[in-house]
Amino acid sequence: MTAPSLPLGGAPVVADDIVFSKVTFWTRFRRHRLALAGAVVLLLMVLAAVFAKQLAPFDPNFIDNGTASVPHWNGTPLPPCFEDHGQCWGHPLGSDEVGRDVLARLLYGARISLTVGLFAVVMEVLIGTILGALAGYYGGWVDWALMRLTDVFLSIPLLPLLLVLTAIVAASSSKAALSFGVIVVIIGALSWMSVARLVRASFLSLREREFAEAARAVGNNDGRIIFRHLLPNAVAPIVVQATLDVANVIVLESTLSFLGLGIQPPTASWGNMLANAEANLQIAWWAAVFPGVCILITVLAINYIGDGLRDALDPNMR
Amino acid sequence: MFTYVVRRTLQSIPLLLAISIILYGILYNMPGGPLAPYLQNPHITAADIARLKHNLGLDQPVPIQYLKWLGHILTGDMGWSTSNSEPVFQALVERFPATLELMGASLAIAILVGVTAGILSAVYRYSVLDYVITTVAFFGQSMPVFWFALMMQLAFAVHGIPLPFGYLIQLPSAGISSSDTFDLGDRLAHLVLPAAVLSLLSIALFSRFMRSSLLEVLGTDYIRTAAAKGLAFRTILLKHGLKNAMIPVVTVIALTLPSLLGGAIVTETIFAWPGMGRLFINAMTQSDLALLMGYLLLTAFLVVFCNLLADVTYAWLDPRVKYD
Repeated sequence: MTAPSLPLGGAPVVADDIVFSKVTFWTRFRRHRLALAGAVVLLLMVLAAVFAKQLAPFDPNFIDNGTASVPHWNGTPLPPCFEDHGQCWGHPLGSDEVGRDVLARLLYGARISLTVGLFAVVMEVLIGTILGALAGYYGGWVDWALMRLTDVFLSIPLLPLLLVLTAIVAASSSKAALSFGVIVVIIGALSWMSVARLVRASFLSLREREFAEAARAVGNNDGRIIFRHLLPNAVAPIVVQATLDVANVIVLESTLSFLGLGIQPPTASWGNMLANAEANLQIAWWAAVFPGVCILITVLAINYIGDGLRDALDPNMR
Repeated sequence: MFTYVVRRTLQSIPLLLAISIILYGILYNMPGGPLAPYLQNPHITAADIARLKHNLGLDQPVPIQYLKWLGHILTGDMGWSTSNSEPVFQALVERFPATLELMGASLAIAILVGVTAGILSAVYRYSVLDYVITTVAFFGQSMPVFWFALMMQLAFAVHGIPLPFGYLIQLPSAGISSSDTFDLGDRLAHLVLPAAVLSLLSIALFSRFMRSSLLEVLGTDYIRTAAAKGLAFRTILLKHGLKNAMIPVVTVIALTLPSLLGGAIVTETIFAWPGMGRLFINAMTQSDLALLMGYLLLTAFLVVFCNLLADVTYAWLDPRVKYD
């Protein structure tokens, strides 16, 4: 550790235009080694999810209790093979409290977590971009009304509101109604606010630029100006925010599922695997540890990618 | 300054009204409505339900119902909690001290640890210490609260952490105290795990914010001038650097409240902490609409209040902010 000193010198990075050329992007992104590592981890996670069927040693819902493969099941979860090779009966990461393979459920759970993250963020970006673009481009009372709406949604704590909405869906028919799509829509519909604010801020300055004026002067309609001329220039902050939000959504979905109001069993999700693990903490630590490790490394990888993207796309955003 | 505070306060009134309309709209779409707990009961006939509906005004148009409900809320009447058989206001007030204890302790830990770590990280930028702190902060930011809580239980309550000479650190992981009589040591022992769990995310956030804020300040011209005058680094840091670097951090501290409330729900559920978060989860499993509504309104009110506080503190701390 060196003696404390002032980080003087080094001219501040000033980019007049947001650079989105492929060359500078890759050189900058590659320089962020942790982001690169995050990208590799995420890629492996995606591959594991895609090939879950081929990789899983068992069906994720197959209950292996006292059947041919486990002749002497004593009613407790099977330990992972590295802990007790003689007792794991071919379950590499052990089994859960009813005898389902933990590894298989983790692999299938990856599908749920990653796709919920992806689709909810796509939805949030769509809503946020449209509202933010309208507010920033038109200004005036449109801006005022949309930003007050944003304030309202930002003021209600997200987790309790999500829980109440999922509980309403569950109560209106049954818990089975909490399907993948419903979870995606509820999360996506309630997390567009930061994107809307970012897009609005970009549009407020972009609409005053010469190229926007030129686009208007040659007679483009508003829709074309917004989507073809202004939006491409506002992509960088949206991409960064969207990436970080994928991480947030994965944590949110797992929290909902853990509390029993997310993805419903028997469908495996990293969150609902932990719901039952809590009660069996004393006898089956592996059922509680592995799903959480999966969430942590995936979210960590995505957060590092987001950090790298921020550095690569826009040095001013740091 | 006074007019600024008054104006900001007045601005938050329409915001609160809009929040109440949206929450009312969402919750009163709950199937069965406020009478849902009675619909399952075989002793309550359809005629009873109709009479209850009429008595409670549920047969009137929704806007009228909303206005009546708003009138009750404004006079401090938040309705009757069916899951606790007591007024909602009373149920919330009873659980408030426990939540305050947990959130206060977590926030204190988070400010102390997070801000200190952020300062160290910025002062020793690019040192080993900086890398360790930023890495830990990234982990903290990525950690699902509920899983961290489970792991803490596994480590400190189920197994215990062995120390040299045969000692074992074991901490209670459920409830707020072991007995009804007050024992400070016992209360603190119960507080350690939940407070540590709840503060992790805020520690991560505060340290990252403090780091970037302090680095930005240390790179400014007036700090360079102070250094050129020959002031000691200590003096520069304490007298010129930190004062200005803390301003945005104060705002962030006030704005973490919504996520802290969300985290408290999870933490209280896992550690059986008798606070408002656990009350909320119980209310949800029993479709206790009035209580859910009371909780959401109260927390939204707290959030709006904290936003207001953040803005006012910012204007007060930073003389460059013009507030008229």
